[in-house]
Amino acid sequence: MFKRIFFTAGFAGLLAALVLSLFQILWITPLLLQAETYEVASESMVEPHEHAPGAPAHHHDAEAWAPADGWERTLSTLGGNLVVAVGFSLMLAGLFTLRQPNRAWQGVLWGIAGYLTFCLAPSLGLPPELPGTAAADLTLRQGWWIGTAAATAASLALLVFTRHWALRLVALVLLVLPHIIGAPQPAEHSSLAPESLQSHFRLAALISNAAFWIALGWLSAWFYTRDTAENN
Amino acid sequence: MTSHTLSHAPTTTASLSKRLAAATLACLLGGGLVFLAGFSHIDALHNAAHDTRHSEGFPCH
Repeated sequence: MFKRIFFTAGFAGLLAALVLSLFQILWITPLLLQAETYEVASESMVEPHEHAPGAPAHHHDAEAWAPADGWERTLSTLGGNLVVAVGFSLMLAGLFTLRQPNRAWQGVLWGIAGYLTFCLAPSLGLPPELPGTAAADLTLRQGWWIGTAAATAASLALLVFTRHWALRLVALVLLVLPHIIGAPQPAEHSSLAPESLQSHFRLAALISNAAFWIALGWLSAWFYTRDTAENN
Repeated sequence: MTSHTLSHAPTTTASLSKRLAAATLACLLGGGLVFLAGFSHIDALHNAAHDTRHSEGFPCH
């Protein structure tokens, strides 16, 4: 059983990471680099540098390793994508042991659920942001993000797999509760990059992640059910 | 026909508790990987996966 889970996560994660990386290289990273030019410009004007008003002061540890721009940064990002994709695929394959998809296309539905859980729902409160954007405390935002993803996942599971009205009511509450609580927001919204670049980046991130999740769901189900016809 | 049906049995006979354990472990391990790349406060990990974090919409800075 574990062999099957790891096999699925390894191959599906690798291929889906390549899909995400392709979107990044062609669409997202150029926007990030463009945004960083505003950040660098602002850093060189003020010494020691200041972020946009309201941005949390984060210290730069001079000792910490960072990939140099160019192939090193690209490779490093590919590695990051791979770890994230294999991680998400491990979750999907684990859930497949409880609810096995009969056909690979059913994985697309799982992928859509993953997209709603890990991208769309958190982005309602905390949209994908370019570097140099004012934001509330990082740990608070991460906590809200993880809580929102967990509540959305539980809500979708209840909506899809249960029939009782009371459970469905709980599901609806779980779906909207994080947004009623609201994501941590900065005292004042501001951004170094112009608004048009921000909205372009949000669109690029939302579309790239939709493609990534559909690919990940489909590939995970394909690899997971690959052997069932002859072997098991 | 019967033997054909039987040969399919192992996929469905793994006990529920075993499958629950596998699903929980896989979700924990997967979540750990996502956390490491996407949420860890260790500077080197943040720097390495910086672009991944921004494109995935994870809170970054």
